[in-house]
Amino acid sequence: MDSAAVEPSLYTVKAVFILDNDGNRLLSKYYDPELYPSMKEQKNFETNIFNKTHKADNEISFLEGMTIVYKSSIDLFFYVVGSAQENELMLMAVLNCLFESLSQMLRKNVEKRTLLDNMDGVFLVVDEIIDGGVILESDPQQVIEKVNYRADDNPLSEQSVAQVLQSAKEQIKWSILK
Amino acid sequence: MIKKFDKKDEESGSGSNPFQHLEKSAVLQEARLFNETPINPRKCLHILTKIIYLLNQGEHFGTTEATEAFFAMTRLFQSNDQTLRRMCYLTIKEMANISEDVIIVTSSLTKDMTGKEDVYRGPAIRALCRITDTTMLQAIERYMKQAIVDKVPSVSSSALVSSLHMVKMSFDVVKRWVNEAQEAASSDNIMVQYHALGLLYHLRKNDRLAVTKMLNKFTKSGLKSPFAYCMMIRIASKLLEETEAGHDSPMFDFIESCLRNKHEMVVYEAASAIVHMPNCTARELAPAVSVLQLFCSSPKAALRYAAVRTLNKVAMKHPSAVTACNLDLENLITDSNRSIATLAITTLLKTGSESSVDRLMKQISSFVSEISDEFKVVVVQAISALCQKYPRKHSVMMSFLSNMLRDDGGFEYKRAIVDCIISIIEENPESKETGLAHLCEFIEDCEHTVLATKILHMLGKEGPRTPTPSKYIRFIFNRVVLESEAVRAAAVSALAKFGAQNDDLLPSVLVLMQRCMMDSDDEVRDRATFYMNVLQQKQKALNAAYIFNGLSVSVPGLEKTLHQYTLEPSEKPFDMKTVPLATAPITEQKTEIAPVATSKLPERLAPSRQDIYQEQLAAIPEFQGLGPLFKSSEPVQLTEAETEYVVRCIKHTFANHMIFQFDCTNTLNDQLLQRVQVQMEPSESYEVLHNVPAPNLPYSQPNSCYSLVRLPEDDPTAVSCTFSCTMKYLVRDCDPNTGDPEDDGYDDEYVLEDLEVTVADHIQKVLKPNFGAAWEEIGDELEKEETFALATVRTLDEAVNNIISFLGMQPCERSDKVPENKNSHVLFLAGVFRGGHDVLVRARLALADGVTMQVTVRSTDENVVDVILASVG
Repeated sequence: MDSAAVEPSLYTVKAVFILDNDGNRLLSKYYDPELYPSMKEQKNFETNIFNKTHKADNEISFLEGMTIVYKSSIDLFFYVVGSAQENELMLMAVLNCLFESLSQMLRKNVEKRTLLDNMDGVFLVVDEIIDGGVILESDPQQVIEKVNYRADDNPLSEQSVAQVLQSAKEQIKWSILK
Repeated sequence: MIKKFDKKDEESGSGSNPFQHLEKSAVLQEARLFNETPINPRKCLHILTKIIYLLNQGEHFGTTEATEAFFAMTRLFQSNDQTLRRMCYLTIKEMANISEDVIIVTSSLTKDMTGKEDVYRGPAIRALCRITDTTMLQAIERYMKQAIVDKVPSVSSSALVSSLHMVKMSFDVVKRWVNEAQEAASSDNIMVQYHALGLLYHLRKNDRLAVTKMLNKFTKSGLKSPFAYCMMIRIASKLLEETEAGHDSPMFDFIESCLRNKHEMVVYEAASAIVHMPNCTARELAPAVSVLQLFCSSPKAALRYAAVRTLNKVAMKHPSAVTACNLDLENLITDSNRSIATLAITTLLKTGSESSVDRLMKQISSFVSEISDEFKVVVVQAISALCQKYPRKHSVMMSFLSNMLRDDGGFEYKRAIVDCIISIIEENPESKETGLAHLCEFIEDCEHTVLATKILHMLGKEGPRTPTPSKYIRFIFNRVVLESEAVRAAAVSALAKFGAQNDDLLPSVLVLMQRCMMDSDDEVRDRATFYMNVLQQKQKALNAAYIFNGLSVSVPGLEKTLHQYTLEPSEKPFDMKTVPLATAPITEQKTEIAPVATSKLPERLAPSRQDIYQEQLAAIPEFQGLGPLFKSSEPVQLTEAETEYVVRCIKHTFANHMIFQFDCTNTLNDQLLQRVQVQMEPSESYEVLHNVPAPNLPYSQPNSCYSLVRLPEDDPTAVSCTFSCTMKYLVRDCDPNTGDPEDDGYDDEYVLEDLEVTVADHIQKVLKPNFGAAWEEIGDELEKEETFALATVRTLDEAVNNIISFLGMQPCERSDKVPENKNSHVLFLAGVFRGGHDVLVRARLALADGVTMQVTVRSTDENVVDVILASVG
């Protein structure tokens, strides 16, 4: 009796997570409280999936009774998990939206360092795409507009202000010495 | 050297994780920065990110520290930095369960949700609903209603999705927003439409009529969102299933029309819905299969996977429908995604011809080590199905399976292989020796106790009857030396079977037994001592009773009767015949070959159906003192499917009585039935003793009434009887909406179909693993033999099936399968007659013009022999 009657529901996504190339969790959200309730089970699940998927870029797999769609980029792995009966293309739509949104936000630099530098933006993007397991938005353009986040690749931070001051001081010192 | 070092340093620097060595206490310390004025948005943002990151990594926050950080965070609402505000919302959601008093942010969030900044409104609604409970929900109800119909899509979507989350908690409040949701459903925005549809369905799903109306409305007006279409297809197919409407209904037409949608997602959903419908004809399947066929050549892996997985499902029920796709599936065999390749091959194994089997097996063995355990199980199941279809191919399969058995794999996978080999051995006598040899090799190095014991049992059953039984002894005795207690005990039992069957092996088996009697485990020693003593008697009858054919009683039943016996001490010794018999295991082959979601529930020893009935009947005072329940029949329908009242009957047989359980369902929503009972008129000398009516039978709530009948004692051969049945009851009309009945009612009756009691109701199936031994054990004192001509039967198969279903006995030694192209066959049946008398039947069948049958019956009771012969005649 596996799939004869799927209860119609908007709760499509069971979990979504981003891992680095060692299988470490960078971000993960579980939307079904019955699926892997403890942190230990979640991390086991992630490790298991990572081991089975990181070698070949296959896009889709079926593990531990779940349909898993995934995608890798440089040193990152993106996973979207749904039930065995879920429409695989819906999960794919979520994965693509997640990837495209991040790619736009990070100006195509979808790799670990840039991602971590803009972690706040990543959290917001995931929040705009899925809300409690329901697909909230599937168009990356809309997601980017809603998040309205500016990734700063060369930020004018305090440190750089200090550097400017430092170099100004140096210049003044030199001018006095002259 | 230095250069290399630098490079390494740089690499680890660029790839390193800035959050890697975060300390929770340090971060919480930093959170004090929130209280500084003016707020530094950049720094605060960074700290919030760290907090959320830590929570995401599974770091545990204590209530006090979480509450402290949460309260500090609330100050950040003073800043107008957009990203910072958004991160505050996220923090609120993340901390909603771990911090106390999160509701203090309600007013800030309400302000944001109704404010001018559209960017804040949606996320604020979602954060607010996350921390709101039922009582507070009413306070913000007005805002929620406005938000649902807001013209900004993100606001409307957020409100709809949040409402959906709250349906579980406060259904009654959210139900009042149905009109707003209705309005939102006609929005131009695709996501708003999808969310509105989802919410509407969840609010109305208990009202089938409203769902149908909603569906009609949207199918007419059309939708923009592909997600919404998928949702509609699911609703429609669920409705179709519930109403059991035919495939000419508008709902089926809608699903079929979705096959021509421009979105692949919708097309696939529709195809999948059609494939999963029960009793679909090949013609209805054809359009769905042809779109799936197109998907097979898609460049997208997910689409190919979805298509081939669904085709695999079709192939299970309608292999012929998929034959058209064989060429496309062949192309997928070499797909780089191994899951797709595996599914393609297993599908082809089901649809392909016998000639392609060798090639496919070769292909699959080239990459079987690369695929996950789940799919390996799929492959094994496909092979198992194939072996039944093409028994001649067993040698190819067997060598393939034995290779798989040597590979690494989890328990589920190994079990599937072992089950498959065992079923091949049972189906094909020629494959027995190779199969047993593979299994022997496997248990030499098997870490799973369950599998080892299962195989040892198998060896004990089949090994002694092979031409060279002695070669298995070594494998079995190795287990006694090397394994855990459970395996050692199983090995001892297996050894005993060899000793009992083969006289020339007996002396050596006795020597081995002697050694087992010095085992460190109690169970192993007990078994060894027991078998030792039985074997030393050298009596065939003892061997048959205690070694080949074990107890056939139900274990929970035995436990209960023994407990009862110890409670009421009596002079009489415990009588084994008072224990209810175990219902024979149903040896139905599972054909489920899809990767089924493995349930995580631990398997419990469920009480059998009969044990449940025993319990239920024992609770009724009128039925005390009837003894143990002997047999319960399958339910018999006494009405047509589509009538006002649906009645089915289950026949419970006791030693001298029968109870008829009538499960009644009232399908009229404007009637309440009371005092429902079934009047039975027997054709023979059966006597109806009691009627136990069902006090109430409201609309669509099944209830049972019972009749107790005494079997004729003076004539034990009167086993068959026909009852004409009438249901009698009091009708009270009631209001279909409220269900309140009127005060007075009237008596009415309803004629049911006749109920037959046959000889099968008096016999319980019992599986005798070694029929020959059991046959000798009973002996020929009460044997009777007669010859019949079955003129109407044309094939041996048909004759065998007729006899089995007529007598209701268990076929033994797989004699229910007639080998192909044979003109004669011997059928062995075993059972226990009411009252606890063993019955064995041997039927020799010969095919001439019709089928001629020579029936030999042996039993421990003379009457029983007569009954069986009389009823066959």
